[in-house]
Amino acid sequence: MLRLIAWRIAIGCVTLLALSVLVFGVTQALPGDAAVQILGPHATTEQIVALRRSLGLDRPVALQYVAWLTGILHGDFGHSLTGGESVATLLAPHLFATMALMLFSAAIAIPVALLLGVWSAVKRDQAFDHSCSSLLLICASLPEFVIGIGLVALFATTLLRLFPPVSLLSPDDPILDQLRYLALPVATLVITSTPYVARMMRASMIEVLDSPYIAMARLNGIDERRIVFDYALRNAIPASIQVIALTLTYLAGGIVVVEAVFAYPGIGTAFIDAVRYRDLPTVQFLSVAIGSFYVLTNLLADIAVILCTPKLRNRV
Amino acid sequence: MHTETQKPGLIVSAGHSDAEPRSALARLLLEAARLRRFQIGMALTLLILGLALLGPLAAPSSPTAFVATPFAMPSLSFPFGADYLGRDVWSRFLCGGLSLLLISMPATLIGVGLGMAAGITAAMFKSSWTEAGMRLLDVLLAFPQVVLALLFVTILGPRPWLLIGVVALAHFPQSTRVLKGAASDIVERDFVKAAQVIGMPQSRILFDEVLPNVSGQLLVELGLRFTYSIGIIAALGFLGFGRQPPNPDWGLMISENKVALLFQPWGTLLPVIAIAVLTVGVNLVADALGRVTARISARMEQA
Repeated sequence: MLRLIAWRIAIGCVTLLALSVLVFGVTQALPGDAAVQILGPHATTEQIVALRRSLGLDRPVALQYVAWLTGILHGDFGHSLTGGESVATLLAPHLFATMALMLFSAAIAIPVALLLGVWSAVKRDQAFDHSCSSLLLICASLPEFVIGIGLVALFATTLLRLFPPVSLLSPDDPILDQLRYLALPVATLVITSTPYVARMMRASMIEVLDSPYIAMARLNGIDERRIVFDYALRNAIPASIQVIALTLTYLAGGIVVVEAVFAYPGIGTAFIDAVRYRDLPTVQFLSVAIGSFYVLTNLLADIAVILCTPKLRNRV
Repeated sequence: MHTETQKPGLIVSAGHSDAEPRSALARLLLEAARLRRFQIGMALTLLILGLALLGPLAAPSSPTAFVATPFAMPSLSFPFGADYLGRDVWSRFLCGGLSLLLISMPATLIGVGLGMAAGITAAMFKSSWTEAGMRLLDVLLAFPQVVLALLFVTILGPRPWLLIGVVALAHFPQSTRVLKGAASDIVERDFVKAAQVIGMPQSRILFDEVLPNVSGQLLVELGLRFTYSIGIIAALGFLGFGRQPPNPDWGLMISENKVALLFQPWGTLLPVIAIAVLTVGVNLVADALGRVTARISARMEQA
């Protein structure tokens, strides 16, 4: 088991390294000169040369990468090109706002998705399963911002006016006092992330329910409710761990567009602003952060699955 | 004699001599066409595709001309009112879908096409090299598609060819995985093994044996990826990284007129509804194809 986990961690580390190469390669080494992109078409040659020097663009690419990576490993993500402050300090409040958004969304989406998935599997091919799958299919087809704008139109402007259409969070008050600003962004994220997860849960639950030991239990006349709760669900635990990881990684991607729709002051909005103003250190930091979140979440989920699957746990 | 035209590349051969003498693709489509969700999905898709493709010809006024006061209410001459600069919402709507399709369609075809080539190759020529390649693709999967696209936009700016390339790149790893999975099942089947034993060239095995049998998964993948493409391209337009003003574009229209949702919602709602109908329609078609594909492969396993 330890060897399996160590192997998985090694793969995770290699993936992280490759991810940093990719982010760096795209932002700093592509033929499009970063200095020209930052300064715009009207910059003089001297300005470009000066900026290239201050960004370190005049050094060989490999050296630039090593310097950048050692900076990251020491917690130094560089300085924002627009604000001049350290990227980490600048983004800390955004990071907290996004974490609040993701936590609330995950806290709703995960139980809802698990319940819908398990219940559809138990009631397979009955009316509930059919209507649930049609509804999930529609929710899964709609792009995040379409759902976001739809909710704004329904609940904040055109039809009803229950919630604020934009999330003007004040950074000084605790987020728990400002929950009404979170309502619509959280609802959007829940609606977009639930379908995939619920479907995946349904599929793995059906697989469990179709396995011979469940048929055996049924033939022994064990109460169907006990079969679902005591027999089947236990073997669906690895699947639900994957489900939680999937929800979290899905949310990490969803925040970018959803935050933009609601002008929610999180890292998604910060990322889009950084792209708009070509603030390279911020773009690099946030894409590495989002990518690493994905890799680490999957890594932890895989380890958890190994720990709760006896077949894997007892492997030498 | 029954004169059925058969495309040589699309016959499910060896071991399926008892099957109907029709191409696998045609049988799949015919069976799917009987499903209600396929019919509804196709109708919705064609409606919006027609609107987007033919709309520019039907626009009553120029999409960039200032014809009314900003956010003018709907009237007889302007059925959906005016946008934030006083341009006709209906004309901008009719002209604004084409750019979305012109970018998302090639992006989908390129991304899934490359994924198909890579996935089937990886399944047929399994080696430590192809496995290492699949691992490398996992790195691309670590980025949400929008983040990956924005990463490139930061450096290269919002250009149409770039958006096509970036969205194709975002699809590539997933499509490769899906088609590798589909093709791996087929490669293990007896009729492929039989073809290998009798010394059929690899290229013929690929085109005559493997490809026709993954055509179902391929179509499903194309449909799903098309809806994702629409979502990403429209979102990028909405964020201001797609088509630039004053061009008409659905994503751009939504962000331009969002402030007026309270009193003149049409500039936002028309494109939102169109995108929603299109993505739901394509997804229904893909779902129907997916069900039929699963049914056909279940039949194959029993046979």
